[in-house]
Amino acid sequence: MAFEPTAGRPLYHFHGGVHLPGHKHESTRLPIRPARLPKILVIPLAQHIGQPAEPLVAVGETVLKGQLIARAADYVSAPVHASSSGTVVAIEDRPIPHPSGRSAPCIVIETDGQEQWRWRKELPEDYRDMDPSHLRNLIREAGIVGLGGAGFPTAVKLNPLPGKLVKTLILNGAECEPYITCDDMLMRERPYDILSGLEVMRHALQAETCVIAVENNKPQAIEALRQAIRARSLTEVEVVEVPTVYPAGAEKQLIKTVTGEEVPSNGLPIDIGVVCHNVGTASAVHRAVTLGEPLISRIVTIAGGVAEPRNLEVLIGTPFHDLLEECHGVPGTLDKLIMGGPMMGVAVHTDAVPVIKTTNCILAVTRADMPLPHRGEARPCIRCGRCYDVCPMELLPQQLYWYARAKDLDKVQEYHLFDCIECGCCDYVCPSHIPLVQYYRYAKTAIWAREREREKADLARRRFEARQARLEREKRERAERHKKRRVASEGERQAKILDALEKAKTKKRTPGADDGEGDGA
Amino acid sequence: MSLRPHLHTPSSPHIHDTSSVPRLMMTVFVALTPAAIAHVWYFGWGLPIQTLTAIVFALGGEALVLKLRRRPVAPHLMDGSALVTATLLAFSLPPYAPWWIAALGALFAIVVVKQLYGGLGYNPFNPAMAAYVMLLVSFPLEMSTWAAPRVVGGTPLDPIQALSLIYFGIPPASGLDALSMATPLDLVKTQLTNDVTLTETFTEYAHLFGDFSGRGIEWIGNWILLGGLFLLYKRAIAWQIPLAMLGTLFVVALVFNLHDPDTYPSPLFHVFSGAALFGAFFIATDPVTAATTPKGRLIYGAGVGLLTYVIRTWGGYPDGVAFAVLLMNMAAPTIDYYTQPRVFGHAPKK
Repeated sequence: MAFEPTAGRPLYHFHGGVHLPGHKHESTRLPIRPARLPKILVIPLAQHIGQPAEPLVAVGETVLKGQLIARAADYVSAPVHASSSGTVVAIEDRPIPHPSGRSAPCIVIETDGQEQWRWRKELPEDYRDMDPSHLRNLIREAGIVGLGGAGFPTAVKLNPLPGKLVKTLILNGAECEPYITCDDMLMRERPYDILSGLEVMRHALQAETCVIAVENNKPQAIEALRQAIRARSLTEVEVVEVPTVYPAGAEKQLIKTVTGEEVPSNGLPIDIGVVCHNVGTASAVHRAVTLGEPLISRIVTIAGGVAEPRNLEVLIGTPFHDLLEECHGVPGTLDKLIMGGPMMGVAVHTDAVPVIKTTNCILAVTRADMPLPHRGEARPCIRCGRCYDVCPMELLPQQLYWYARAKDLDKVQEYHLFDCIECGCCDYVCPSHIPLVQYYRYAKTAIWAREREREKADLARRRFEARQARLEREKRERAERHKKRRVASEGERQAKILDALEKAKTKKRTPGADDGEGDGA
Repeated sequence: MSLRPHLHTPSSPHIHDTSSVPRLMMTVFVALTPAAIAHVWYFGWGLPIQTLTAIVFALGGEALVLKLRRRPVAPHLMDGSALVTATLLAFSLPPYAPWWIAALGALFAIVVVKQLYGGLGYNPFNPAMAAYVMLLVSFPLEMSTWAAPRVVGGTPLDPIQALSLIYFGIPPASGLDALSMATPLDLVKTQLTNDVTLTETFTEYAHLFGDFSGRGIEWIGNWILLGGLFLLYKRAIAWQIPLAMLGTLFVVALVFNLHDPDTYPSPLFHVFSGAALFGAFFIATDPVTAATTPKGRLIYGAGVGLLTYVIRTWGGYPDGVAFAVLLMNMAAPTIDYYTQPRVFGHAPKK
């Protein structure tokens, strides 16, 4: 199974995958540039997996750039900072980039144009002298979450549970989705930031070896990283060129490619001694630990139908339309606006939604030049099995579809629905143009809803049973008390009778002696 | 810039490759073209007329049922599947069978075998093969009168002659003799039944046999093979099915042939005779009715190959591909159930 595209580390093959038109060069022609300061920043409280943050500021309050404005509500949560200085003008529900098109609580800041920082945190001593848990805290306070897409709080992922050894730390620079180039540009322009962050992560995890995995369609990025590694004479850090095939950058597939091992179903990478972070996350860690900056900006690719596709360094909370405008707008009729790539991205319903920590790309899809072909009418499944051929999880997508469509929620789980990573490969190749992933999402949601119902029913049942048991117990206890009392009173009565008899007897025996005593009592 | 509040928000993925069901069907059509041309060269214009007849009745029948089922007619008719079914059926028919054979077969394939089960994707049996078997059982005479190919004394008919014969039963001036000949499989079977050894048969009828099988007929086989390789190249069919089917047929035939070459024909004779190649690449690979897991496809293909051999050798019919395919169609869901591949991150199945 192993093959060696470059000298050194053997690489491994994962099943399936598709070759997609990359569309990468459009947005890599121009260097990264900071985006213009927007008038309004809309900063959602939930930009990550886990509990939403709790606001710490009130409407009307002035805030400074980098100031903590909402704190983490839980262990799996992340704090939120003001991306620029200004005034809090509202804390209310605003449209956020989410598949449901819903609104969610956001802190809205009117910027003052001063970009005035909060007092810079005393820079910590050299991280190498710091305890890993202290380091994790620092990263946690900086509000860092995975910038690759899922947005899992980074500090949690930098905490291998006791007894778990990290053999390999993988930095994911594969960036396998078409159009997206933010990681590519970051690796080209800021390799030292990435390496610095990598070293911090490695220290926090006490990882043995580090691998930076990059798809082989990014030669400049690979060269930049290798040069930086040589310049800093880092050991045990290797840049690995992985074959360009979607979804090479999906965590499980990347780990398989690099280590040859599979993350067990229902398990975590740490179970096989691997931790995987995005290159952008490493860069954010570098800024937090060595510069004392919280996560308030990220690099975003603006691509597709915009006049000037490029990468911008964007403040978290910047509305999409500001960025489209900065790229000279969208000539033609905007049809769809996607956050992320064309394979797994979320279509948003308005360009008022803000950039959040996980926004790697804004893809404008126009009807005029139609860079993304429209889906034709769905036809019946002809069981051709192409979906299985491309499935990187080796599932049987047509069977999943069959049972999802039939709403057979047990069967669909028997065919391992929850191993599906929703990469969209099956959907992409389906000659019948069936929206397969949509069916899987539906089935997953239906199963979760059913579980919740079951839990509720279980709870109600447990409550009912507990009540029954209590009533039963009380009844029993009451009965026992009665019985006891009855027994007790019976005993008392017997005792009294005996007593009386005794007295009578003694009276009879000593009539004389009894006289004075008995009446006088 | 104005805010745009009502953009489309479909579920991901937002892109698709260029494949589609009509494209897939067109690929099958293209793959059949070389064999069709060869067919016309060796047998004359029978095949195009049979094909056209079958297509007209297949499309007409499908349109009618779709109307009765209150389904949109145009998109289903345009998916190309009825076209392919009709063409595959026409390929299986004797080139100069009367027109109503093709018409009846096409109607049966589309209306009964396909649409009554729910249309494309829902039929458990291969429509073309089910129709072929129905015709073979019901009209054995019409279905077993094969024409002689050009190279062994046959006279290919021109379009007018072919049309007159198929539609009006008017034989060509040259007579009907050259138009009816037993197929190699048929000949061998009859001879063996009459206790004539293979060596004797091949000597007596040497002029009818080419390198592996019937002269002319084996050449159509070559073009079928070429079309099949094209389908594999285009990834329109799964490689496991033809490989397993032809491989099994070959190996089983080899074993018996080595054991007794006078009773059991050579493996190459089996592969290049009758519907073996056609079945392996164009019939057994019908995705709707075949097994879908990789291992399942190997088992399915092997089953078709084995049953073909069994029916040819010990059954009542000279060829067995159609029966073998239908029998394995029945087994396909069970095969799929027991051959589910191991899922990523799961322990290997014991």
